[in-house]
Amino acid sequence: MMAKVDESLFSYDGLDKRMAITKFNKVMMTEYWIPKDINFLWAMGVVLATTFGILIISGLFLMMYYKPDTALAFDSVNYTIMQEVGFGWLFRNMHGVAASVVFLIIYIHMFTGLYYGSYKKGREMIWISGMLLFVTFSAAGFSGYMLPWGQMSYWAAAVITNLFAGGSLDAQFLVEWIRGGFAVNDATLTRFFMLHVFLLPIVILGIIALHFYTLRIPHVNNQESEDIDYDAEAEKYLAGNKKEAKVIPFWPVFLSKDFAVLSIFLIFYFYLVFFHYDFAMDPVNFDPANPMVTPAHIYPEWYFLWSYEVLRGFFFDIAGISAMDIGLVAFGFAQIAFLILPFIDKDPEILPAHKRPRFNIWFWIMMVDLVVLTVYGKLPPTGVNAWVGFFATLTFLGLFASLPFVTKADAKARGAL
Amino acid sequence: MSNDTNRRDFLGMAFGAFAAVGGVASLVGMKQAWDPLPSVLAAGFTTVDLANAEPGKPSTVTWRGKPIFILKKTADMPADGRELVIGSDRYTIVIGLCTHLGCIPAWKKTMWKCACHGGEFDSAGRNTFGPPPRPFDIPPFKLEGTVITLGEKGPESEAMMKA
Repeated sequence: MMAKVDESLFSYDGLDKRMAITKFNKVMMTEYWIPKDINFLWAMGVVLATTFGILIISGLFLMMYYKPDTALAFDSVNYTIMQEVGFGWLFRNMHGVAASVVFLIIYIHMFTGLYYGSYKKGREMIWISGMLLFVTFSAAGFSGYMLPWGQMSYWAAAVITNLFAGGSLDAQFLVEWIRGGFAVNDATLTRFFMLHVFLLPIVILGIIALHFYTLRIPHVNNQESEDIDYDAEAEKYLAGNKKEAKVIPFWPVFLSKDFAVLSIFLIFYFYLVFFHYDFAMDPVNFDPANPMVTPAHIYPEWYFLWSYEVLRGFFFDIAGISAMDIGLVAFGFAQIAFLILPFIDKDPEILPAHKRPRFNIWFWIMMVDLVVLTVYGKLPPTGVNAWVGFFATLTFLGLFASLPFVTKADAKARGAL
Repeated sequence: MSNDTNRRDFLGMAFGAFAAVGGVASLVGMKQAWDPLPSVLAAGFTTVDLANAEPGKPSTVTWRGKPIFILKKTADMPADGRELVIGSDRYTIVIGLCTHLGCIPAWKKTMWKCACHGGEFDSAGRNTFGPPPRPFDIPPFKLEGTVITLGEKGPESEAMMKA
């Protein structure tokens, strides 16, 4: 292939000669094979990509009126955007609701992968890049929550930045460096604004590209975790034997199914945007930030509650180690626990949970435990609540400690080990 | 190895070393850009007269953007090294941020209770329950008569910090 091309740039052939668009289209779309044996849970990737698009577009409109200044931020959101800007309220509700709902879909996406064993042998990079997206989305959620500069914004910022003191390490210099002051202040707000509207979205876009790339070679998993010979199945499909082929092309077949699921999701999403936006807007955050008064009861958004409950689950010292340090270590572990999953699952075979009886029980205990942690993460940490939180936290940690043995036992019972 | 290879190796290492020095230098610059500004660091000193304090009812003043709890102790509150004694009056003077994660605990009759994670502190500011790892921190202050200046070091605050 030579660089000199005679065909006009403004023709299909000309573009094809210059950029190989036919080949590119085949690799990325029409000959990117997806198994037939999947269900609606496989549509969550496209739902997430769309929700991220909604966040970017609504965010652009908010950014044009938002003021990252402690004296102006609250009014720029609650007065200017909500009351003056044409459809400003809509963009704000869309942004706030999408930021909340995106975590719901992330969790569904993640636990689908967990259930069907989609993090195992050959697909580790998909799982790892996905978990990196979870971390960066969490950072984006947290930094965005600070921007309206209400009471919850301020105190979430105060508590989360304080985590960097590392408990007994008491690294106040690090906390003050992150805040740019002794307390959360104007410099903190402006730098988190930068992170929220520029650095984090750019990093997220990069990791999304990586996430798609890591998926392209091993292909998506399927309901029975069957190891499909993609070359053979693709040949059948291309020869016209679409009925027998176990695969369909990403475009137009798979995406058209995705769009059907996406449509249902968007109905649900816009229902929330128009009629139930309040669930993503905590009433306490409609009080302007006040560094001298902590609200009577503070809690994070619902999607952080489970790890928040792990943080405060240990409320008493054990063996001379302070409750706070144990909580911090447990919290730190909770953040990376799912990341290391491919390495602590010792079952050599890729199988869905319904074919791994012990892992299946493990999976559902994990789901219930996460729900318990989430529910108690919002309740005041007193009396019996503190104990439920403590035992739910122990269960969470114990589940990860037991996973290598559970998966090994399954493999042995099957004769695979 | 030919002369050419040595020459390329040298150029490669020299280029790499220069780039590394430049990279580290820019990291230093980026680090400093996030440091608290001089105006923030210099943010002044707060003076408080303790004479008008009401026993058993703590008041809050602001110092460097942080709340300072000042409690004139009642007779039945136990004595503690972490108190300022002026004549017959005893005061607890602490930075009112929970030593767990920095929320502001609220005074509930005999103790401070933190809403965030349930930490509790007694009238001397000592942690008695929950995740807080240590008592409330004591701010540096200087005593003149019944007036304290927060931000200046004095022998009284030093002694209280050690207790």
